Amino acid sequence: MTIPAQIGRGMDRVDAHAKVTGAARYSAEHRPPGAVHAVLVGARIPRGRITGIDTSAALAAEGVIAVLSHLNLPKVAQTPHLIPSLAGTTAHGQSFFPMQDDRIHYAGQPVAVVVADTLERAEYAAGLVRVSYAEEPWVTTIAQGRGDTYEPERIFGGFVPGRIERGDVEAGLARADVRIETTHHFAANHHNPIEPSATTAVWEDSKLTLYDATQGPTATRLTVAQLLGIPPSDVRVVSEFVGGSFGSKAMIWAHPTLAAMAAQHVRAPVTLALDRAQTFTNTGHREEQEQTITLGATRDGELTAIRYAKTSPTSPFDDWAEPSMGPVNRLYACPAFEGVHHLFKAATMTPTFMRAPGEGTGAFVIETAMDELAHELGMDPIELRLRNHADLDPESGRPWSSKGLRECYALGAELFGWADRDPAPVTGAAREGHWVLGTGMASAIYPVYGVVNPQRARARVYADGRAVIETGCSDFGTGAGTVLRQVAADALGMDAEAVTAHYGDTELPTTVAAVGSAGAGAISAAAHTAATALRERLVGQAVTDPGSPLHGADPAAVRVSGGRMVRPDTGAGETYGEMLGRHMTFDAEALGEWAPPGGDEYGMATFGAQFAEVAVDPDLGLVRVRRMLGVFAPGRVLNHKTARSQLMGGMLWGLGQALLEATHMEPDQGRWANPSLGEYLIPVNADAPDVRVEMIEVEDRAVNPLGVKGVGEIGQVGMAAAIANAIFHATGRRFRDLPITIEAVMAPA
Amino acid sequence: MTPREPGRTGTAVPAVPRQATGAEEHGDLGPGPVDVLLTVNGTLRRVTVEPRVSLLDALRERMGVTSPKKGCNQGACGACTVHVDGRRVLSCLTLAVSCQGREVTTVEGLADGDDLHPMQRAFAEEDAFQCGYCTPGQLMSAVALMEEGHTGDDAEIAEWMSGNLCRCAAYPNIRQAVRNVRDGAAAEGER
Repeated sequence: MTIPAQIGRGMDRVDAHAKVTGAARYSAEHRPPGAVHAVLVGARIPRGRITGIDTSAALAAEGVIAVLSHLNLPKVAQTPHLIPSLAGTTAHGQSFFPMQDDRIHYAGQPVAVVVADTLERAEYAAGLVRVSYAEEPWVTTIAQGRGDTYEPERIFGGFVPGRIERGDVEAGLARADVRIETTHHFAANHHNPIEPSATTAVWEDSKLTLYDATQGPTATRLTVAQLLGIPPSDVRVVSEFVGGSFGSKAMIWAHPTLAAMAAQHVRAPVTLALDRAQTFTNTGHREEQEQTITLGATRDGELTAIRYAKTSPTSPFDDWAEPSMGPVNRLYACPAFEGVHHLFKAATMTPTFMRAPGEGTGAFVIETAMDELAHELGMDPIELRLRNHADLDPESGRPWSSKGLRECYALGAELFGWADRDPAPVTGAAREGHWVLGTGMASAIYPVYGVVNPQRARARVYADGRAVIETGCSDFGTGAGTVLRQVAADALGMDAEAVTAHYGDTELPTTVAAVGSAGAGAISAAAHTAATALRERLVGQAVTDPGSPLHGADPAAVRVSGGRMVRPDTGAGETYGEMLGRHMTFDAEALGEWAPPGGDEYGMATFGAQFAEVAVDPDLGLVRVRRMLGVFAPGRVLNHKTARSQLMGGMLWGLGQALLEATHMEPDQGRWANPSLGEYLIPVNADAPDVRVEMIEVEDRAVNPLGVKGVGEIGQVGMAAAIANAIFHATGRRFRDLPITIEAVMAPA
Repeated sequence: MTPREPGRTGTAVPAVPRQATGAEEHGDLGPGPVDVLLTVNGTLRRVTVEPRVSLLDALRERMGVTSPKKGCNQGACGACTVHVDGRRVLSCLTLAVSCQGREVTTVEGLADGDDLHPMQRAFAEEDAFQCGYCTPGQLMSAVALMEEGHTGDDAEIAEWMSGNLCRCAAYPNIRQAVRNVRDGAAAEGER
């Protein structure tokens, strides 16, 4: 019997049935008996001190059980310290926990929690809590804070140096024939998953169960346990269904711990769900930022130097900036690079990871600058990129573990019809009624982050011919649960339909939070290791079992297909179940642990090439993206259907980044002006053209056992630049700030 | 694109009670809890709610019907879309008391026993979701779209599905699913 390769199959999502029938339960939908509702109250001022809290009206309101504030909330056991969740340990989103004293550091900072028997009563009473403040001076925007910047030693939770230098930038720029120098402004962005973050907390004696919307159940467990000062083993976190995240649930913010504290205080299970506006001030954001770049190049298009700088606001507690210089530094072979981050302290919470964190903005800067350079040189944009192709990782000088970018350019150009492109119709020659048409492209790069902790899974085969794969990761729309089945089935020699996946629970073997596009690599490594160990054990048992037709066979030669072990020399065989049943055993299992090898022999990243066609109505300022194409080389693809969906979603995020998404700071109030889905614009169905996604599979033996490089972010990375380059092609105008609004396009050149 | 019906928009709208309010049936309502009798997915249900309680919260918090999702609670995202008397409405902007005597259908009521509605099957096959949180609302809109006759071409589907946000951005796959059901229904009609 032959079965199709289990890895790569475009099988339907394992949770599709639950999601289309309404059976899927998200974190706020668990209703333990006696559960009550907690609602946050946020600070109305951006900086200062609480001078008084009057809770009498709230406490007198019907159904109200408790009002917690800094006056009566227990102190946390330990002051949190920001560590990115990829580290696999506690994952505090900021080095700050609210409601510990009377200080206000940012608007929306939780100042009270109201608990009532129904949601409506809790929400009503939250409006009755009277907080008085003494306001202090503050800044929130780049315009206000520009004069007070400093250069941080490290950013991004300590992961990334604040400054990177190599080669002689001055000399490189001096010998350049052409220089491109641009400045870009990026509006702040918010993730806005459709499910706002929520936690349901249940205490049973000293044991705490949290139903939490998180990218990392273990991260929630470790973080909340540390804040409460209880053993992690006393905290169970369940997150079987998570309604999107995009980074907003990658770090562990205050609300799960506040839910646990509230539940402890009122001695009843508590659901604490953020409302939409609260998600803008409780789960981080992509910071407002300004980036400048100077490219030097010879007339032949050879880059001689890149100078880059970024300025952005950070919180009083942490030196956080998206590491936007990554793509600027690593996309092209350039002998000299200087990149530096400038920060200023602002009345904001610590910004955080948001899809393509750093790469999304950095790639916009380098990829639009390269388009300007190509135009200046009269050179085809792909040709310019090929001339500067980085055969080695420019940052480390090491070879790439795998690349595939040239192939992406070639296939993309062919599929998009790039050869037919008029290289310079910037006179608006291509017209269709009111619309002027243009096309553009950009490269994409996203690092393959190495995980540091052991990744574990458990595989079990039952005598009835079915199997189970278990690991603690959550599936927030990535398809993790689906690919677990496929990876385990592949290693066990079974059909994926015969494998059940259990995940989303800290009682299962530990894996790191699925962040930085590293989730699929981590869980596939764990599942592959566990299932391979189980298969080897069962085959080993068969070849030493005198009652087995495989007795005496070379275990390395035994093939397993459809759960049946076969010795190729005689063709004889039996199923796992037949062997187990003969010995009166009903199952067999193995724990697998993949220890990441570390090592620093390679530069590791995922690459892609992205293309867009736009139509622009210059009079009305409208930009419509008509076609999008992305060609990516993400290593091994575990499921073509779900991978394609993630890449497509990322590309449409790039559309949103390019044209729509902005959270505006009200400069006189120090708070977000548009914290709603009515005013923070994200793409709707009518904004989204059909999207073509192609994948080039490159073999990578370095990243993890199956060579999986991840698809969560790379789809977004180059998309906004491709769209902006297409707008230039259509109109002859450069729009360097994001989003490219209707007002900007309408404004006279 | 097919011309719009006058007075209709491409997005779901809150239910407007046919009577001015339920007050004629109940006398003055509130502020205390009142009993509301309504049919949910074919079953007559009684729910006791304060008049300020939305249909969404009545379903989610009091009736154990959690497929209508709370994405914004402001009528902006469409995740709470349900059918009331066969018409798609935003349940977060609909008061439960205004649904006295009405028939409410959610995704839990789409399937016929174990047989999924063709739109549910098409969403699964076309991977028309990732996280699944907007999916019940998308499905209720997509089913209504068929009945409203707004599936003529892709542009029409896109416009009339634009009241349902999908942050995973499965939009092209959602359109494909709607096309599949439309074409399947058309083929069924020809046989």
